[in-house]
Amino acid sequence: MTAETGIGARVRRKEDKRFLTGTGRYVDDLPLARATYAYFLRSPHAHAKIKKIDTTAAKAMPGVVEIFTGKDTADAKMGGLICGWVVKDKHGEPHKAPAHPVMALDTVRYVGDTVAMVIANSIDEAKDAAEAIKVDYEVKPANVDLARALDKGVAEVHPEAPGNLIYDWEIGVKADVDAAFAKAAHVTKLDLVNNRLIPNAMEPRAAAAEYDKGTGNYTLWSTSQNPHVLRLILSAFVLGIPEHKLRVVAPDVGGGFGSKIFCYNEETMVCWAASRVGRPIKWTAERSESFMTDAHGRDHVTHAELAIDKDGKFLALKVETIANMGAYLSTFSTAVPTYLYATLLAGQYTTPLIYANVKAAVTHTAPVDAYRGAGRPEATFVIETIVSKAATELKMDTADLRRKNFIPSTAFPYQTPVALQYDSGNYPPIIDEAIEIADYKGFEARRAEAKSRGKLRGIGFSSYIEACGLAPSQVVGSLGAGVGQWESAQIKFNPTGNVQVMTGAHSHGQGHETTFAQLVHDKLGVPMDQIEVVHGDTATTPFGMGTYGSRSLAVGGSAIMKATDKIIAKGKKVAAHLMEADVADVEFENGTFKVAGTDKSVPLGQVVFSAYVPHNYPHADTEPGMDENAFYDPANFVYPAGTQICEVEIDPDTGVVEVVAHTAVDDFGNIINPMIVEGQVHGGIVQGVGQALLEAAVYDKGTGQLISGSYMDYTMPRADNVPSFKLGYKVTPCPHNPLGVKGCGEAGAIAAPAAVMNAVHDALAPLGVKHVEMPATSLNVWQSIQGAHRAAAE
Amino acid sequence: MTFSVAMTVNGKAVSGKVEARTLLVQFLRENLGMTGTHVGCDTSQCGACVVDVDGKSIKSCTMLAVQAEGTKVTTIEGLAPSADKLHPMQEAFRENHALQCGFCTPGMVMSAIDMVKRNNYQLDEATVRRELEGNLCRCTGYHNIVKAILAAAPAMKSAGV
Amino acid sequence: MYDFAYHRPKSLADAAAALKGKDESRVMAGGMTLIPTLKQRLAKPSDVVDLGGIKELAGIKAEGSGVTIGAMTKHYDVSTSADVKKTIPALASLAGHIGDPAVRNRGTIGGSVANSDPAADYPAAVVALNATINTTTGKHAADGFFKGLFETALKDGELITSISFPKPEKAAYMKFPNPASRYAMVGVFVAKTKDGVRVAVTGAGSSVFRVKAMEEALAKNFSSAAIKDIKIPAKDLNSDIHASAEYRAHLVGVMARRAVDAANK
Repeated sequence: MTAETGIGARVRRKEDKRFLTGTGRYVDDLPLARATYAYFLRSPHAHAKIKKIDTTAAKAMPGVVEIFTGKDTADAKMGGLICGWVVKDKHGEPHKAPAHPVMALDTVRYVGDTVAMVIANSIDEAKDAAEAIKVDYEVKPANVDLARALDKGVAEVHPEAPGNLIYDWEIGVKADVDAAFAKAAHVTKLDLVNNRLIPNAMEPRAAAAEYDKGTGNYTLWSTSQNPHVLRLILSAFVLGIPEHKLRVVAPDVGGGFGSKIFCYNEETMVCWAASRVGRPIKWTAERSESFMTDAHGRDHVTHAELAIDKDGKFLALKVETIANMGAYLSTFSTAVPTYLYATLLAGQYTTPLIYANVKAAVTHTAPVDAYRGAGRPEATFVIETIVSKAATELKMDTADLRRKNFIPSTAFPYQTPVALQYDSGNYPPIIDEAIEIADYKGFEARRAEAKSRGKLRGIGFSSYIEACGLAPSQVVGSLGAGVGQWESAQIKFNPTGNVQVMTGAHSHGQGHETTFAQLVHDKLGVPMDQIEVVHGDTATTPFGMGTYGSRSLAVGGSAIMKATDKIIAKGKKVAAHLMEADVADVEFENGTFKVAGTDKSVPLGQVVFSAYVPHNYPHADTEPGMDENAFYDPANFVYPAGTQICEVEIDPDTGVVEVVAHTAVDDFGNIINPMIVEGQVHGGIVQGVGQALLEAAVYDKGTGQLISGSYMDYTMPRADNVPSFKLGYKVTPCPHNPLGVKGCGEAGAIAAPAAVMNAVHDALAPLGVKHVEMPATSLNVWQSIQGAHRAAAE
Repeated sequence: MTFSVAMTVNGKAVSGKVEARTLLVQFLRENLGMTGTHVGCDTSQCGACVVDVDGKSIKSCTMLAVQAEGTKVTTIEGLAPSADKLHPMQEAFRENHALQCGFCTPGMVMSAIDMVKRNNYQLDEATVRRELEGNLCRCTGYHNIVKAILAAAPAMKSAGV
Repeated sequence: MYDFAYHRPKSLADAAAALKGKDESRVMAGGMTLIPTLKQRLAKPSDVVDLGGIKELAGIKAEGSGVTIGAMTKHYDVSTSADVKKTIPALASLAGHIGDPAVRNRGTIGGSVANSDPAADYPAAVVALNATINTTTGKHAADGFFKGLFETALKDGELITSISFPKPEKAAYMKFPNPASRYAMVGVFVAKTKDGVRVAVTGAGSSVFRVKAMEEALAKNFSSAAIKDIKIPAKDLNSDIHASAEYRAHLVGVMARRAVDAANK
């Protein structure tokens, strides 16, 4: 190990060469002999009864191999797709769980709902045939307006969910919170919408499957963030293919951001149909299908109130949220606006009393589930917007109000009033560093200079906390999760001394092949180029939970560390034998076993060789081979925290908002590869800026058509929408995992929306604008300015 | 309607049978098995499919294969001068961590090379950001892509590519 | 995409022959609109006649009084042409802001003008500069050429061969792009010639239109102050999730003033 390649080094990525030379292998790249191509006919209506489907003409079209509809799946007794997290409502009752058929049976419930699967010799032939399928729909009224979804008389999505209510959930004691509000010197109130987003991983979802008639084995290639979990769901709940007869491979995957966690209709059908048509089947979503059918993110309507005493200390927080589930409950949808949202409402503050009520509603829109941050961006947006608003109302400096209420560094571990116990943290130095980097002191001068150019400049803070590194199994189990959330690792040395590191985590951009190799390299002293990280294939990796919730390093990396410990322990026994020493006297350092206090040593490579060619070997108490497994179940979540400061300039004539500076200072605990961590922060910030200024999934409130259904109408952040970023770090190591690491994958997206919107509000305050909804598009900003002008005139 | 097409891809003469409706990107991926060029959208906006045709970067999802008859096409697979050496732009992307999932990367690199040449090896941050208008990336936040392109411009000049 | 018969004529005569009698045929210039339309199965032509092989259609000719740009000239070539930059810099600048670099390497002026997309940039230049559209059967004046949404004065089988732009005294184009598509949400081309001032707006209505009130005011006083109080009625303007008609009407004023300021620089 050297300082250039070990823990903390900016090691260039091992995976880059294949991606840079066009030799990565994504699902759609697979060459499968005799492949057929699937195309899904989708509902053009948000809500309709299917009176009849006639596939006769379509089946006779050239090149058509087979056509399946919901009836075929019902005849085959296929199970429905599941929601894997049972949330109990405020009366202790489990959430309503409407059926989620893989193919629509008699009703379609959103535009894009799956009506028929056409399999043909080419994709064009499949599409030609899909057009020849005759579907007789009886169109019904659609419910797409979240704010009204729970009102009386609104069209119901499922008979199993009367009034469209999935659950009415709460945390905290309302009476205590109300009592605190009664004593408050000041109450800040806020109504906001957390806009619905479409994840838009650049690789569209794809699936391919083949069936081996001889063995009865299925292989499913899927753009999955968690192939083992996908296999488990398909085996245990949906298709009934025994787990050992189904191999799921998630090869190179082009981004996920949560949207590729879930078990989807299309991959289920592709897998199921592969045995029925006897040829491999390939399916790749067109971008328009991704827009319609990838699980969307966010989509809350919230009212919040913050009670503050005369000294500016927060007394209590009260939050009422309606969360959109879409038309069906996706795999982890129920947990997102409850355990990943309301439990974060303490933020970085000592607010002693918090009450949150969350009502989950179904609507005639695409399913909504975890998207980068999943609940935590929504919580941060509520807290950090209301805190900034309070500072404005109290005429206090926004940073000072935050500092006044920060949990002191001496208070950790800190039990919040909303279930979580923060393990570590030190918030004041973070905000101080951010203020320094962002030159907060110089802001008023910059504002004045901008004004001389006719621009309104504003500054906004966002001090976030998140709970990630999902998750302690016992805790999530007690909250209703259907799975454990440990992670696995296997370290397998080959006789020649190189090593394969198998992980149950999955990399779809995070650079695990490098970061995980760095861990093994640092710990065992094996050169980087002798280490291969293997992931994404249920046939070659131990069962693991995959990658989401900023968990891969904190949980998966910890499993790898445990496996290296086992390698070292076993290696010591072998080395002691080879050196004719007592095991207790053997030390391991920089890839070499040594007898303490002597010059005797034996390199790891020789120990490994002895383990595979055990001619001279401690057979009595040691098995041959050097291949160790470990499973790691975390003791707690990890709690990254940080502060972002955004500066914007607004053109008051057009309403255009430009992000001119953005600073992020984070505490991610110890950092293995700063280069990769920075990349995660950059990407997260831009997704947050996208939410704040650009992106919105918009459905027509009458027809339920997705208006923002392509890049023509859904504004993806481009390079010219953002500046370069200024980053900084503070480190409080995580006390409960062996690496002392926290998670970095979601932080940027969690903190940024509030920082940007607080800056927008700060910039517009001189015009009397009180509130701009996200995304603060030029249209929204202009209309808000007009509204303020009208209000001033009245 | 079926056509025979012939063109030069990464210096090699290739040919194949295509339909009129076959896109250049389909020809590259399916007929030639060169899957480095990606398809990320259906509205000609994401830029994952950018290749070079006769010295100009184009979106291969918005050009018919028959239109490429007789042209010289360069794709991401044709950039590296040898198995163990990368093009300066590829090297700059690696060095500056300008890629994460890798899906937009081929188009991003192809567009970046064209941008550097178009601007005579002289670029500033604002120009790079503006001229990346036709390439979407969801992972990197563009920060390191911009950095990589700015670093690659002088490297390409001194390497004479 | 539905399949079609593909033709790549080498001359205008061959193109005319390929189109003759084929009611369901489509002409393809750069294909930047047609190919995405075909991909989404929004059109089902029997034949596609690709003009890319007709050499005589591409190229830029500078005359003392203006420039004539061949129909198949790419946006990139217009934006970088020394002749265009010298004669009508606003036109070069406009071409340099259409689509993105890869699109500019394929898209053509003739295709853009013939398509009459309400959010295209070139129609604003054609109308504001009072260009002449030269076709296989004659000439069209700019006024009256753009008849509405995707509708022009071109007859079936009539192809644009080139467009002649007279040199203005001053001109500028200001585009407010749609944040998602980057097409013009509002684009205003202002041109001052010896015959007067023209203000052409694209993106805001069903087709490019002129703002006579601004033209008259600017003819008297070519400064942004002269039009600062002129309001554009929102009635009949486009409205969508990115811009209401009222916002578009407002932006026409802002972009027009900025265009005048830019033209005066």
